[in-house]
Amino acid sequence: MTGKEFMLAAFEAISHNIIEHEEYLNHLDNAIGDGDHGTNMARFSHIILKDLPEFSADHDDLGEIMHHVGMCCITEIGGSAGPLFGKFFLQASLSNKNNTFMEAANWVLAFEEGTMGVSQIGQSTEGEKTMLDALFPASRAMQETLEEGKSLPEIFLAGAEAAEKGVEFTKTIQASKGRAAYIGQRSIGHQDPGATTVMLMLQSMHKTAVDMHVE
Amino acid sequence: MKKFINKPENLEIETARGMALAKPNILRQLPGCNIMVRQNKKTDRVALVFGCGSGHEPAPNGYVGYGMLDAGIPGKLFSSPTPDMLLKGIKEVQTEAGVLCIIVNYTGDVLNFRMAMEMAQMENIAVESVIIADDVATQKTKSVGRRGLAGVALVMKIAGAEAEMGSDLYRVKEVAEWAASGLRTIGVACRPCIIPSDGEPSFELGETEMEIGMGLHGEPGVLRCDMMSAKDTVHQMLELILLDCNYENSEVVVLINGLGGTPPMELYVINQCIHDYLAEHGIKIYDTMIGNFMTSLEMGGFSISLMRLDPHLKALYDAAAVTSVIRR
Repeated sequence: MTGKEFMLAAFEAISHNIIEHEEYLNHLDNAIGDGDHGTNMARFSHIILKDLPEFSADHDDLGEIMHHVGMCCITEIGGSAGPLFGKFFLQASLSNKNNTFMEAANWVLAFEEGTMGVSQIGQSTEGEKTMLDALFPASRAMQETLEEGKSLPEIFLAGAEAAEKGVEFTKTIQASKGRAAYIGQRSIGHQDPGATTVMLMLQSMHKTAVDMHVE
Repeated sequence: MKKFINKPENLEIETARGMALAKPNILRQLPGCNIMVRQNKKTDRVALVFGCGSGHEPAPNGYVGYGMLDAGIPGKLFSSPTPDMLLKGIKEVQTEAGVLCIIVNYTGDVLNFRMAMEMAQMENIAVESVIIADDVATQKTKSVGRRGLAGVALVMKIAGAEAEMGSDLYRVKEVAEWAASGLRTIGVACRPCIIPSDGEPSFELGETEMEIGMGLHGEPGVLRCDMMSAKDTVHQMLELILLDCNYENSEVVVLINGLGGTPPMELYVINQCIHDYLAEHGIKIYDTMIGNFMTSLEMGGFSISLMRLDPHLKALYDAAAVTSVIRR
């Protein structure tokens, strides 16, 4: 079971991880997009680091904290990633409204609902070389590990590993959504920056869960 | 980099303020942001909202006013306005008749608008959208569809006039989509613009080269070649439009849009080439708009849009409008 302390630590770890990979994400985006994915995600991360501890000082509702992160995505990231990550967290927050603690099942459900939200707003699915190529496999892997009765660190690990495979998969396919779709076959060979960010986020979730010995 | 600016980070807000100060009878800038609404708020008719990145001036705010937009919502330089800003604009101008969002087909713009519309619907605002995808240099068959270009200015004129007549939301959307179905645009660029924040050119193009079909932000086009005469360039471009859409025996309005770094003189030279070519192909020109309608800072180049007219669209095209850019 996890509470506010874990959620804040996880978002802090995610933010640091994204900031560390700012140049890397820009580099990936440069090949198939407009080269600012890292900059945009890092701007958001700096704001989360500064703003989330303040916001959560008088909010214990984990759904509300996630909702706040979603709104922060919407106002700060911009481009396509803003509404997509925003939708992920807004949708994920719904089933945790009024929760001050989250069980493993709550995390898995939140992740699944967030993924469905991204799919709906992006009118997209797996195999189009987008963040969904990391989100969907991760969601499935987390669901399976949950059903096997594994602990939260193992669930996040399964999610992170599935996301990593998803990122590798995006290298092999042609984009049919987003700006990269216009360069057609030339998008093959490049990995999707959005999917990469999802992978980084899950890796940070896993590391935080291990470090904090949650179950 | 030589630019008459103050701080690059204040560019967007100073641009909006400058535009609002020029036309105090038409425009009102919302405090603290670059959203522009009409001085006289509409009460009972469908409201029109358009947003796009900054750097495309006079779009979007130059089209705010009677007969066209109710709110213009610019984003940061070359990036879509965010959903919170779009929602703010939508809420400011909403009426009981609803709100029609006009969107140029770029992934970022579409996603941000979709999110904003979802948020507006949660607040019980009736909101619909029309997506403009007029660029013949991109494929219709792609799941992302074609890019949107300067032709959107013509759709704003048509939809705005239909809304002033008191038509309902679905009728205004239908007329906008009908106008867009007969709208095609093709662009050409010969010089990149310089991005003020880093002083770098927005794309690379050889000293003697041009590229037909390039997008508003330097996205790849269909043909990169050595500079051609105005006549040959126009022929290449119109050929692509006419291959895509049959305008024979139609009456059209022509919109020649400078990208910010092409002088009016060249646009007039281009216009007479267009008129000759269309006359040879049996296409009748009802009216021609020439100027900077949707720019990319100081990019060298222009776009040509053709929009088919029928008697109803013609009446809407001629209907009264009082905006910074278009007055009838």
